[in-house]
Amino acid sequence: MSTLDFVTVPVNVSDPMIPRVYRVLRTRWNTGDTFSLELVPQEGGDIPAFEPGQFNMVYIYGVGEIPISISGDPARRDLLIHTTRAVGTVTHSMSKLNVDDTLGVRGPFGSAWPVELGRGKDIVIVAGGIGLAPLRPAMYRILANREQYGRVVLLYGARTPADVLYRKELEQWRSQFDLDVFVTVDRATGNWRGSVGLVTQLIGRAPFDPLNSMAIVCGPELMMRFTTMELMKRGISGNNIYISLERNMKCGIGLCGHCQLGSVFVCKDGPVFQHSQVEHLLTRWEL
Amino acid sequence: MTKSSKADFKSRFVLERQDFQCLLDALNGQGYRLIAPTPRDGAVVYDEIAAVSDLPIGLTDEQERGTYRLKDGDPGRLFGCGLGPHSWKKFLYPAELRLWNAHANGSLAITPDDHHPERLALIGVRACELGALRVLDRVLSGGQYHDTVYEAQRDHLFIVAVNCGRAGNTCFCASMNTGPRAESGFDLALTEILEPERHYFVVEVGSEAGQRLFDGVPHQSALEADVQKATTIIETTATHMGRHLDTTGIKDLLYANFENSEWDEVAARCLTCGNCTLVCPTCFCTTVEDVAELTGASAQRIRRWDSCFTMDFSYVVGGHVRASARSRYRQWLTHKLAAWIDQFGSSGCVGCGRCITWCPVGIDLTEEAKTIRAHSQPKPETKSRKKIHHENT
Ligand SMILES: Cc1cc2nc3c(=O)[nH]c(=O)nc-3n(C[C@H](O)[C@H](O)[C@H](O)COP(=O)(O)OP(=O)(O)OC[C@H]3O[C@@H](n4cnc5c(N)ncnc54)[C@H](O)[C@@H]3O)c2cc1C
Ligand code: SF4
Ligand code: SF4
Ligand code: FES
Repeated sequence: MSTLDFVTVPVNVSDPMIPRVYRVLRTRWNTGDTFSLELVPQEGGDIPAFEPGQFNMVYIYGVGEIPISISGDPARRDLLIHTTRAVGTVTHSMSKLNVDDTLGVRGPFGSAWPVELGRGKDIVIVAGGIGLAPLRPAMYRILANREQYGRVVLLYGARTPADVLYRKELEQWRSQFDLDVFVTVDRATGNWRGSVGLVTQLIGRAPFDPLNSMAIVCGPELMMRFTTMELMKRGISGNNIYISLERNMKCGIGLCGHCQLGSVFVCKDGPVFQHSQVEHLLTRWEL
Repeated sequence: MTKSSKADFKSRFVLERQDFQCLLDALNGQGYRLIAPTPRDGAVVYDEIAAVSDLPIGLTDEQERGTYRLKDGDPGRLFGCGLGPHSWKKFLYPAELRLWNAHANGSLAITPDDHHPERLALIGVRACELGALRVLDRVLSGGQYHDTVYEAQRDHLFIVAVNCGRAGNTCFCASMNTGPRAESGFDLALTEILEPERHYFVVEVGSEAGQRLFDGVPHQSALEADVQKATTIIETTATHMGRHLDTTGIKDLLYANFENSEWDEVAARCLTCGNCTLVCPTCFCTTVEDVAELTGASAQRIRRWDSCFTMDFSYVVGGHVRASARSRYRQWLTHKLAAWIDQFGSSGCVGCGRCITWCPVGIDLTEEAKTIRAHSQPKPETKSRKKIHHENT
């Protein structure tokens, strides 16, 4: 046997672990602490196809990598949009990126809002704070097939009027005759004339048929808990409610163990879950 | 041994002790680096050996919860020591692995690292450790996404298993159905027979690669009597397990006892040091670290073993999901013995006992599981849930 027989072929870590380089095309501050980045692949070409609700692992050079949901239109393959709230190390340095800066992106990963299952039903979208970002692609998808759905209701809660995300789009949606959009703030300031209070308080009088509705919900975990309770009180079954969960994530592909919640991996089994499947996990503390 | 090959050969031979070095030489001749148990700083570790004399010859060990001691055993015995703190995991799933390197001269450029799998001969792999490799196979290459570095190394192993002639005090492979006999997943499996007049090994061939290699090593066919002796040794080992774990309905038991007050009791002793996860041959959690060079010209992504016992493991903005020691010990035990079954179709524990031996305060998972069983306080679900510390967006 010659020594050549013993030469092994080198391998890299699997592709989903290697970021693809993207360039910042546009930046925009949505609110005082939340910004959107529009990204294109540095090498040119399309962005990978994604489903509403999926997320990417976004890498900032030398700083770190974090999970961020995709918030753009799934019908558009020319542009990747992330809307991020600056809360810590990685998100702050991400917020300082300028046009033409580059960053790394892995994904898309995870489960999606199953909006297709809602065909023929009323759709209730409930968002809290930054939770509107991962829901926006679902809204786009639904609007692109508007005739397939019954009533479409968006209930959105922000902390203050200044924290309302995607203002222009919300206003446009609100003016559309085939959408019901309700925005509420925890605390009114300035000349806010809309409703004040928690988003859960909008559910009771929202126009939808509980027996023929699908709800998709995203926001802080506590908000989702109370929201699903209210939705079920109105009569929507837990099987027709979907929520998106957040856990610490290092790989996004089910290999690092960080995102475990009971027996599920939030990164690959979620982040979007049917509420009835995870309810028992969410009612336990420190799981 | 590639992970798919099965031991359907089962032809048995005898290898005399004086020819053991020939086996090592044959492996060397096929380009394999020899990795085997070897004594170092008072414990047996897995590392490269040059010759049979590097094995822990004539040594044995004493293990108890929180205790490990090497001592003299049967003179001349090659495999008289049980498991040490290392597992083979470190050769397939390194404790630290550089994934890629990034440069930022103007624009970011990412270069994945090349990893060259090595031809490694793992010598002295115990049945429970074959079980651990099967578990890692399911975790790291059984799902949608694979650990390609693990898989490539896995395909370059030659596995020489050794059937256990003695069960350690912290062993319970028989409870976990992983040992003490090596059933599959090896190229060769040896049973060491040490008699006053004769010292030899009964060898079972488990793969074509094993057969090819063994053809070049002096041996005879095994007599029925030799095979019988080997079988008796293994059967005796099976009845001398130092520990026992009742796995009946263990998944449902642990799921139902999430709120059991016994978790508080173990949490009061646990230091959350993570030793148990470090020595466990199946624990696979990792984190990544981004290390920037001082000049700022390049940055590296390093993957490291991590432990669910650290506070940061579960950090999300606003707080740690598992802030208490209670929740972290419970996570570990419930993951190993229960959630793993849902996730990967088998227990995450192979009964090697390392976590018992190497826990600095002597926490014994078999005892903890027994306590939960004895004081089972099933509680299907709690309706009141204290809040997860999430920032209110
Ligand atoms: C599936 C998913 C989708 C998400 N989508 C969005 C989004 O669209 N927009 C947005 O603003 N935020 C989103 N988040 C939350 C976002 O990941 C965190 O805000 C971010 O990780 C905070 O990182 P940091 O370094 O700035 O904060 P630090 O407080 O400095 O955090 C340190 C590290 O802890 C981890 N970490 C902290 N908080 C979280 C968290 N909530 N989730 C996961 N890991 C965390 C990260 O590894 C982070 O680098 C999402 C989280 C998940 C799991
Ligand atoms: S059980 Fe023992 S080894 Fe594991 S974290 Fe607790 S003190 Fe450390
Ligand atoms: S949990 Fe303990 S006994 Fe089980 S495989 Fe891991 S280290 Fe071995
Ligand atoms: S993020 Fe790594 S396993 Fe889910």
